[in-house]
Amino acid sequence: MTAAAPVELRGLRKTYGELVAVDDVTLTVAAGDVYGYLGPNGAGKTTSLRMMLGLITPTEGEVRLFGEDPIADPVAALADVAGFVEEPAFYPYLTGRRNLELLAALDGSDGERIDEVLRLVELDGRAGDRVRGYSHGMRQRLGLAAALMRRPRLLLLDEPTTGLDPAGMRDMRDLVRRLAGEGITILLSTHLMSEVEQLCNRLAIIQLGRIRYEGELADLVARADGRYRLDATDPARAAEICRATPGIRDVSEEDGSVRFAAGAAAAATVSVRLAQDGIGVRALVPGGRSLEERFFEITEGEG
Amino acid sequence: MTGRAYAWEVRKLAAQRRTYLGLAAAAVAPIVLVVAIRVRPPHPTDPGSPFFLRYAVDSGLAVPLLMLLFASVWLFPLVAALVAGDIVAAEDGNRTLKTILTRSAGRGAIFVAKVAAAFTYVLAALLTMVVTSLVAGGLSSGIHPLPTFSTVVSPSRALLLIAGSFAVYALPALGIAAIAVLFSTISRNSAAAVVGTLLAALLMQLTQILPVLDSGAAQRWMLTTQLQAWQALFRTPLDWAPVLHAAYISVVYAVPALAVAWVHFLRRDVAG
Repeated sequence: MTAAAPVELRGLRKTYGELVAVDDVTLTVAAGDVYGYLGPNGAGKTTSLRMMLGLITPTEGEVRLFGEDPIADPVAALADVAGFVEEPAFYPYLTGRRNLELLAALDGSDGERIDEVLRLVELDGRAGDRVRGYSHGMRQRLGLAAALMRRPRLLLLDEPTTGLDPAGMRDMRDLVRRLAGEGITILLSTHLMSEVEQLCNRLAIIQLGRIRYEGELADLVARADGRYRLDATDPARAAEICRATPGIRDVSEEDGSVRFAAGAAAAATVSVRLAQDGIGVRALVPGGRSLEERFFEITEGEG
Repeated sequence: MTGRAYAWEVRKLAAQRRTYLGLAAAAVAPIVLVVAIRVRPPHPTDPGSPFFLRYAVDSGLAVPLLMLLFASVWLFPLVAALVAGDIVAAEDGNRTLKTILTRSAGRGAIFVAKVAAAFTYVLAALLTMVVTSLVAGGLSSGIHPLPTFSTVVSPSRALLLIAGSFAVYALPALGIAAIAVLFSTISRNSAAAVVGTLLAALLMQLTQILPVLDSGAAQRWMLTTQLQAWQALFRTPLDWAPVLHAAYISVVYAVPALAVAWVHFLRRDVAG
């Protein structure tokens, strides 16, 4: 028998009156994935995560975590799952440690991992302070500590680096990388494309509640193969030369650069012709479209 | 799991200021009453003053009973509402419901733990009030035989009756707490739940003065009226009918309130 996937969403839909927050979302997160759930603010990422965690009931469709339904039986479905949605929330009048003790008690544990996870997120020095005095970053780290205390096989993280300073973001990403290396499946909801590029192997792009792309990150970026970005001393004339060169297609000018699709031989021909025409080439870069550009192509209807 | 969740609900209450506000009110009110009695002692033959007030100078054992009488108007509904009205809504206010509902305790266990903790607090506040009343009354007037509606009872008998009175008083007080839990669950706003509970208690008491209602019949069905049922214990022979009626009415209010709150808590979306 095949083991159930950590996350399976089938036709998931959530409406609030006329508003459709999530519309027919279908995706599968396989064991070992670091799965990016990428979309702009208000795209439906957090609503999807809430449904995965059994916090809100889908209007239609189904959620399965390791084959269990978090709406029908949240305790069973979340047994190997941890995470947080939006900013992790704690009791402000309790210390960080007390908050973790409470959550450990609700897990039926004696909190034997509290010291370990506090050290892991580097909060051991402030664990005795009340949470009301914590910064946003400290709360994010406490949220991660609370999640890790459960020894999850699946981590659902909603914008874990939002509001962190650059060092905090780097540390959080390092931690996510490390956890993934330990075999924990991670679903990372984010609007930061760099985060997905750095951490994820698969992703779904969601916009206005609908999935626009679902698959391997490498496949998505590979679609940009054969494209080039050209920075030249005379972009307008360079674009004309590109258009006139056999094997060059989809020529456009954007932000002072010329972009085109071509085979390697045609790209070499262009560089020679530009030189013959007295046009200086500052850069001729293959793979001219980043995930960011692919994202906008997809979400703005060009993909 | 419910036991662990309950223990933590109690610890959370113990870490909050509002908990001590209610307990302090329950502890200070009897002292204020005793001081007032010392400053302006009631006359034993004054027909306008409450029965036990007339004897508060002669026996400190009258003080807890006076507290039950006075606290039933607004003090105890307020004390009960202060914590029971906050116990679910505070999770919405702190946005911690999502934190605790994604652990290994089901929603049902969390709800039961919260109700049990709210009830524990109400009983603790009552106990605080009775102990402070006895100490303050004892220090002020001494522990002497207590006149009842029918006779005079010994201090030991009076203490037994006082304990019974607080037990009878606890039933409608828990009913009020159940209503506060309902408002807390549905409104998701602590202030609205506290004010709503107080308004409900005051509206019930208004039936005493609204001529449009057959106030006698209406009052029999009001939860707040049951806060006076303990007085039946001070008649000879002892009259159990008002006590049983108070228990019945308390259940009639508390069970539907908790049932509606339970269903709402189990089914609600946690979107905040």
